[in-house]
Amino acid sequence: MKPAPFEYVKPSSVDDALTVLTEGADDTQPIAGGQSLTATLNMRLSAPVRLVDLNGLEELRGITDAGGVVRIGALTRYRDLEQSDLVADHLPLIKKTLPLIAHPAIRNRGTLGGSIAFADPAAEMPACVTALNGAIEITGLNGVRKVAAGDFFKGLYETDLQSGELITAIELPKAAPGSRFAIQEFARRHGDYAMAGLVAAAQVDGATVSDIALVFFAMGGTPVAASSAAAKIAGKAIDADAIASAQAALDDDLDPFDDTQCSAAMKKHLARVLTDRVLTELAGG
Amino acid sequence: MSDQVSDQGGLTIHDRPNSYIGRGVPRPNARRLIHGRGTFTDDIKLPRMVHVAYVRSPFAHADILSIDTSAAEAAPGVVAVVTGAEFAKRITPWEGVLTHLQGMRSPPQYPLAVDRARWQGEPVVAVVAETRAQAEDAIELVQIDWKELPAATDMMRAMDADAPVIHPEYGNNLCWERNVDVGDVDAAYASAAAVVEDSFVFSRHTGVTLEPRVIVADYNAGEEKLTVYHATQGPHMIHAILSKHLDLPEHCVRIVCKDVGGAFGIKVHTYGDEIGAAVLSVMLKRPVKFAADRLESFTSDIHARDHRIEGKMAVDKDGRITALEIDDITGIGPYSMYPRSSGIELNQVLNLAGGSYDIGSYRARGRVVFQNKPLMCQYRAVGHPIATMLTEALVEKAAQASGIDVLEFRQRNLMADDDYPRNTVSGVPLEKLSHHAALAKLTGMIDYDGLRKDQAASREKGVYRGIGFASMIEVTSPSPAFYGVGGAPISAQDGTTVRLDAKGNVIVSSSVTEQGQGAESMLAQIAATAVGVDMANVRIITGDTEMTPYGGGTWASRGTGIAGEATVRAGRALREQVLEVAGIMLQSDAGSLDIRAGKIVDADTGNERMDLAEVGRVVYYRGDTLPKDYQAELVATRHYVPKAYPFAFTNGIHCCHLEVDTDTGIVKILGYWVVEDCGTVINPLLVDDQVRGGVVQGIGGALYEECIYSPEGQLLNGNLADYLVPMAFEMPDIEVGHVSTPTADSELGAKGAGEAGTAGAPAAITNAINDALMPLNARLTINPMTPERILNAIGKV
Ligand SMILES: Cc1cc2nc3c(=O)[nH]c(=O)nc-3n(C[C@H](O)[C@H](O)[C@H](O)COP(=O)(O)OP(=O)(O)OC[C@H]3O[C@@H](n4cnc5c(N)ncnc54)[C@H](O)[C@@H]3O)c2cc1C
Repeated sequence: MKPAPFEYVKPSSVDDALTVLTEGADDTQPIAGGQSLTATLNMRLSAPVRLVDLNGLEELRGITDAGGVVRIGALTRYRDLEQSDLVADHLPLIKKTLPLIAHPAIRNRGTLGGSIAFADPAAEMPACVTALNGAIEITGLNGVRKVAAGDFFKGLYETDLQSGELITAIELPKAAPGSRFAIQEFARRHGDYAMAGLVAAAQVDGATVSDIALVFFAMGGTPVAASSAAAKIAGKAIDADAIASAQAALDDDLDPFDDTQCSAAMKKHLARVLTDRVLTELAGG
Repeated sequence: MSDQVSDQGGLTIHDRPNSYIGRGVPRPNARRLIHGRGTFTDDIKLPRMVHVAYVRSPFAHADILSIDTSAAEAAPGVVAVVTGAEFAKRITPWEGVLTHLQGMRSPPQYPLAVDRARWQGEPVVAVVAETRAQAEDAIELVQIDWKELPAATDMMRAMDADAPVIHPEYGNNLCWERNVDVGDVDAAYASAAAVVEDSFVFSRHTGVTLEPRVIVADYNAGEEKLTVYHATQGPHMIHAILSKHLDLPEHCVRIVCKDVGGAFGIKVHTYGDEIGAAVLSVMLKRPVKFAADRLESFTSDIHARDHRIEGKMAVDKDGRITALEIDDITGIGPYSMYPRSSGIELNQVLNLAGGSYDIGSYRARGRVVFQNKPLMCQYRAVGHPIATMLTEALVEKAAQASGIDVLEFRQRNLMADDDYPRNTVSGVPLEKLSHHAALAKLTGMIDYDGLRKDQAASREKGVYRGIGFASMIEVTSPSPAFYGVGGAPISAQDGTTVRLDAKGNVIVSSSVTEQGQGAESMLAQIAATAVGVDMANVRIITGDTEMTPYGGGTWASRGTGIAGEATVRAGRALREQVLEVAGIMLQSDAGSLDIRAGKIVDADTGNERMDLAEVGRVVYYRGDTLPKDYQAELVATRHYVPKAYPFAFTNGIHCCHLEVDTDTGIVKILGYWVVEDCGTVINPLLVDDQVRGGVVQGIGGALYEECIYSPEGQLLNGNLADYLVPMAFEMPDIEVGHVSTPTADSELGAKGAGEAGTAGAPAAITNAINDALMPLNARLTINPMTPERILNAIGKV
C-alpha cells in the first residue's frame, strides 16, 4: 500500500500554485489535509504525476468577518473552526456539525476546502454549505469566481471546479435573528461517514417556518436538497401533520443508491426518520 | 530432585510468602512499549535487506495462461521476479489435514498459485526490490494472461451438482464431514412439551490485528542457516514447518519473535506469502522482508466463522432440555489451512454445542466445504461463539416456550456444580465447572429485577431495551489430543528455564510468546514467587527457538495453564538448587532455609541469613571454597504437558443490557457483565482485560464485522473504513467477576482466560436484542446484527 511515485512541489503563493496546476493540467493535484487524498494515493486509486502541497499558502488560512458573511480560507482545518469565536457566534450549524466529522486526529488535519473539493456525498460540510446557501470562491490564473453551493456539486465526486483552479475560500452567511438549524445523522459507529444524514436551516417566526432548506447527505451523488419536502413545511408550524406530509413528499426528492453499509431502501427509510427527528429538533429551537 | 516432592513443610506455590499470585501488578514490559522501544518485526532492518510484494489474483477462480515478468524485472530497484511455478521447484507442498479428523482431505498447496488461482488475493508472483514501494511499482508491470473460471463462492451451493468443483480430483467440494448421534433424539422430540428451532447465520469475518503479518527471513549461506524474525504465536511450529518444507535441518533454522501487536489466532498458520519470503531469502542469499499491508491482510489473513446452522431443541413438561440437534455447514476457502486444518472450528462447534447443559440426547451433522474465498482457520475462541450462540439462543427460546424465566430455565438445566468429573453430551470430558456458582455471582452483580422493571417501563414509552444471557464453556490449555495426535508439528507442552545470575537476579526463558496479552508479566509473577525474589529482579526471555525450551507458544488460552505450571516447577527447582548451596555455605540444613525477597532466610523465623548475590558470587567466582565433591547448579529447566484431560475447560456467564432504536436499527449497549471461572487467577488486571478485550471482539462479531463478498468472490469492504471493528466509543464498561475452580491437574491450578469474552458475547448480545424486540415479534439469528438486518427483522425495511 505505497503510492505510485509522484513529484512534489510546495509553492509559497497562490499564484505559484495556480501556475503549477495549470501547467500540469489533469496530471497535477493539490493536497491539503491529505485525509482523503492520501488514502486514494496509497491504494493507487489515483496516481497524479505531481502533487501541489497547499500547506505553505498563508493566503488560504484564516476565518474573517466580511460583513454579512464569514469568510473561511480553504486551508482552514476543522480544528480551527471548532475553536473559532466567529464560527461559534455566527455559524451555529457549523459549530454543531464539526463533532460529527470523523475523529479529532482527522479534524486536526482535514480542511474545509478539501472536504468541499473532494465532495464526498456522505460528507457533512458540503450539505451544510448547501443548506446555508454558501458560496465557493474559486481562483484560477484568469481570476476569481464565486459559485453558489447549490451549483457547485454536480455529481458523484464531480464539482464545478475546473482543472487549474483552486478553491480559495468558502463564504457562509451569518445566522440571522430567528434562524434555526438542526443536523442529525445515523452512522454505524461514532465518527463514521453517515448511512444517512439531514441538515435543516430555517427562519422560525413564532411557530411559523419560512426559508426552510432540508439538505440530505449520503442520499445520492451530491448533497440532496429536498425541496418538495421543504415546501410542505414552509409557511406552517411544525407539527405531526406537517412532518407526515414532508415525509410523504420525500419520494419526489430522493433517489439514493446502495452502499456497503446501507441499501437504498434503508436510506429512504432513514430519510423519513431523519425528517421527523430533525424537524422536531428544529421546532424545539 | 523430583517435581512431585513439595518443598518445606509440604508448601505449594500457593503458600509462598511474598506471593505475586493473584496480584494485579502492572506489566513489566509496558514501560518499554510506552517508551516506543518495543521491537516489532517491522522494526528489524538488516544489511542488504530487500522487500517482497506479491502480485495477487484479481479473480476468485482463474487459470494462469501465461506470465510475462520482463518489464517488471527491468523496473528500478527490482532484484528478482519469481512465479509460483518457480517456487514450486524450491519447496515441498503442504497439506492441511489432521489425521484424527477422519476422512478430511485437502490437496497439496504451494506458497503461490502455480497454474490456477483459487481465491481473490492469492499470491501469484513475487516481486523483490530494494524498497517495498519499488516492488509495488513493478507489480503493475507484471503481465498475466488470465482465463476466468466460474467460482464456487456460496458455501450453501458449493455441494450442488452444478457447482464448479475446485479440486476436480475430489469430484465435489467436500473437505470433511462429521456426524454425532448420542441418545435418542427422535424419542425426545416425540415426548417433548415443546420443540424450538432456529436457522443461524454466522458471517465471515477476520481478526484485524493492529500489527499486520510481518516476516524477515535471513538466510546466511556461510552458516547454511536460516534466521527468521517473525510476528508469530508459535515459533517452534513455524520452525518445524520451515525446516521440513525448505529441507533445512532443524538446528539450521532459528525463529525469533519479538514484540507482536496482537495476534488472535491470525499469526499461527502457514501463509504462502510468508513462506515465500523464506524461500526467496534462501534463493537470493540475503534478508527478505514481507509485511502485509491492510488490503493484503483482508484478502490473505485467515478468515473465520462463516457457518450456517439449523438448530433444534426439545424440552419436556418440567422445562428440562431433552435433546439438541444441529446441522452445520461451513465454507473454508479452497484449501484446509496447514497445519491446524480448517476443520477445527466446525469440530469445536460440534463438541461444544449444548456443552453447559445436562442434555440426554444430541445429534449433529457438520460439513466443511471448499469454496473460492480466502482460507478459514482458527481465530480467537474458535467455534465457541457459534456453539454458544446457537445453544443460548435456543435455550432462551425454549425457556419462553416453557413459560419459564431465562435464568430459572438455566438453573434447571445447567450441569450441577457437584456432578463432576463428567462429559458433555458430545462426549468431551470435563474436570470441574461452576455454572451455578457463576450464575449466582452474576445475579449479585446485576440488578435483574430492576432491569426487568426498567424494561417494562421503557416499553410503555416506546423504548426497547433487552437483557440477554449466555452461559458458556471454554476450551483452554489443550493436551496433545488437540493437534499432536493428528500429526501436526504443534507442541502441547511448554518449557521454562530459570537461572540465577551472579548478582542474585533471575533470568527466565519460556517457550510461550508475548502478543500484548501479558504473558511475560504472568511468567515474571510466577517465577518471582516460585524462587522468592522481587519481580524487579526477574528478566523474561521469550520468542527465540535457540534461546528458549521447546513448546507450543501462545494460542488456545494455554500460556498460563501450561507455561505457568512449567515455570512453577522450574522456579522451585532453582530455589532448591540455591538452598542446597546456601545450606553448605551457612552450614545449615537446606530444608530449614528459604528464599524471600531475594534473601536467604531461616524458613521458621524469616531471619535473614545471606543475600542471594552472595550465593552467585561464591558459585560463579569462588567455586574453590565449596566442597571438592560438590558442583553447584544454578539453572533449571522444567516442562509441563497436560495429560489428565484433553482440555482444561473453564466456564462463565455473560449478561448484556442494551437498547435498540427501532427506527434506525442502531444498538446501544447499556451494560455488560461477565463472570468467569479460569481457576487460579495469577493477575486479575490481565485476566479482566483479557475478558474485556474478548468481549469487544465478540461485540465486533455480533454487531459490526463482516467480510462482504460479491457473488463472483470479490471482497467489497477490504479496508477499515468499510469493514467495521468496534472502537472506543462502541465499547461499554464491562464488569468482570470471578469464581475460582482451580484445576487439580497442575499445582498452579490455572486455566486459560483468553477467549471467554469472545466466546460468550455474540450470544448474550443476540439474546438481548431478541429480548428487546420480543413485543415486535422480531427475531434475529444472524451475526452481525446490522441496523439494516434489525430493521428487516422488525419489518420496517
Ligand atoms: C477515518 C476517516 C474518517 C472520516 N470521516 C469523515 C466524516 O465522517 N465526514 C466527513 O465529512 N469527512 C470524513 N473524513 C474525510 C475528511 O473530512 C477529509 O479531511 C476531507 O474530506 C478532505 O479534506 P483534506 O484537507 O484532508 O483534503 P485532501 O485529502 O488533501 O484532498 C481531498 C481532495 O480535495 C482536493 N483539494 C484539497 N484542497 C483543495 C483546494 N483548496 N482546492 C481544490 N482542490 C482541493 C485534493 O486535490 C483532493 O482531490 C474522514 C477521513 C478519515 C481518514
